[in-house]
Amino acid sequence: MNPEMILFFIFGAVALIGAIAVISFRHPIYSALSLIVTFFAQAGLFVLLGAHFVAAVQVIVYAGAIMVLFLFVIMLLNLGTLSAQGSLTGKLKGVAVVLGTLFAAQGIFIAVNVFKNTEVGTVEAMEKAAALNDNPIETYDIGELLFTDYLLPFEVTSLILLAALIGVIVLVKRENQTES
Amino acid sequence: MEINLVEHIIIPVVKILFIAHLLIIGVMAMIWSERRVSGWIQDRLGPNRVGPQGLLQPIADGIKFLFKEDLIPNHVDKPLYVLAPAMLLIPAMIAIAVVPFGSSITIAGIEEPIPLQIADINIGILYILAITSLGVYGVVIGAWASNNKYSLLGGLRSSAQMISYELTLGLAIIGVLMLSESLSLRTIAEQQGSNLWEWNFLIHFPAFLAFTTAMFAETNRLPFDLAEAEQELVAGYHTEYSSMKFAIFFMAEYMNMIVGSAVVVTLFLGGWHFFGLENVGGPFWSGVISFAIFFIKTGIFLFIFIWVRWTLPRFRYDQLMNFGWKFLLPVALTSIVVTGTLYVATNGNRLWIGIGNVVAAFIVVAIVAGMLALDNNSKSTVQSTPTAAPLRGLDAVE
Repeated sequence: MNPEMILFFIFGAVALIGAIAVISFRHPIYSALSLIVTFFAQAGLFVLLGAHFVAAVQVIVYAGAIMVLFLFVIMLLNLGTLSAQGSLTGKLKGVAVVLGTLFAAQGIFIAVNVFKNTEVGTVEAMEKAAALNDNPIETYDIGELLFTDYLLPFEVTSLILLAALIGVIVLVKRENQTES
Repeated sequence: MEINLVEHIIIPVVKILFIAHLLIIGVMAMIWSERRVSGWIQDRLGPNRVGPQGLLQPIADGIKFLFKEDLIPNHVDKPLYVLAPAMLLIPAMIAIAVVPFGSSITIAGIEEPIPLQIADINIGILYILAITSLGVYGVVIGAWASNNKYSLLGGLRSSAQMISYELTLGLAIIGVLMLSESLSLRTIAEQQGSNLWEWNFLIHFPAFLAFTTAMFAETNRLPFDLAEAEQELVAGYHTEYSSMKFAIFFMAEYMNMIVGSAVVVTLFLGGWHFFGLENVGGPFWSGVISFAIFFIKTGIFLFIFIWVRWTLPRFRYDQLMNFGWKFLLPVALTSIVVTGTLYVATNGNRLWIGIGNVVAAFIVVAIVAGMLALDNNSKSTVQSTPTAAPLRGLDAVE
């Protein structure tokens, strides 16, 4: 049991507990906070894989920005405790069941494949991860890859984000005009 | 990996203890100097009874906080109410871990020089941004758990303000990162030379101003302390807190200021460099002197924090948002474009980049101010016909 392995199990357990807490809590604020805990534990797992940059971005973007907006909306609307039943009606329930089953199947498929093809949880895998952690992936390498091999996906992603941004501004502007 | 007791355990623990205690003593020193400096600015004395020059006043305050009744109101959400002060204090304390507080020191008996920094990770500045962005949860959760309208308003204002100014904070440092080609705070500090004109704040002057302003907003200090505006919100997010929990909110605010000042000194004000003074003396004394230089620079910056607080009045909320989104953000974005362009065009000539940054920032601010003025003019012509608005409203109803 090397230190990386112990840390892996701690972060993994925290991430799982946080994820379960998100759907178990009845109050949206508690759920949102549990989600932040999960994001944080995931960042820890990224650090163990030597992906320091990804870990920092995970915390900055998800825990630091998106979840603050979530909390902002929850507080602004002053959402109370959600009732146990009645929020999902007939048709919606069917859709939810179908989508949930698909999602679960996807997860199981990936997990089985991963366990088949790699040595997850073995000592070798842990040693590999430890070696990665000793030679972390530099931010420089990520930048170089983004602007050479993955230039097209990178630009497409930024275009999509730009479109979303413009869409938000257009929607907000229209509302303002009808008000005045 | 072989674990060496001295190298891997004793030295890091000593460094951590040193910095943690320095932070707490720094908070006490800040509370004392804030009250004395504000007294000096307002031409009064400030606390001067406990100890020489009132130096022991923070200790007296601390004892008083400890002995006050720890009141938890009935209407609060108890788990989160108790958790909130810690959620604010912990990010403030651990953010300092990657800040280099001196060059390196060689102590007799240990072969390798010890870098004066708790952890030199290669994403240092991102770590700081990530950890400080978590501080807002303490404010928001404390505000919500208090179950009080004033607190909630303070929390809402705080979260919106933090998100708006975090963007500027992140974008303003990109120019610095481009020139130093590293995210590690130690490399950034080392890459700035010994002399004043080699420090980043001259090369990236608009970005430096934008970063400093955004940092004032992030630490909830005047002129950006809308989350606790006394005249409007009683005490904002910590209205319902008393005793030591209130003191922890207070300590976190001052710790954030200290960490922020240390980061500004590292990024823009040359770190531990001061005209070659940091190289004077042997391998031991040069380390001590470099730490002293860093300490004094941070102290001067903290004085500016206090100075600004007792000089400027508070922004109105719409002014705060307009300022952040319409002035600071464009200035920070321009600094990225100009630094990048000139870096390629002039082969990294620092002088041209510095001049280009200032000129571009002036042009952008002028354009934004002109557009806002035009906008205001067109609005005021509409409002000058007072009957127009209600009539239109009636039309809509019919």
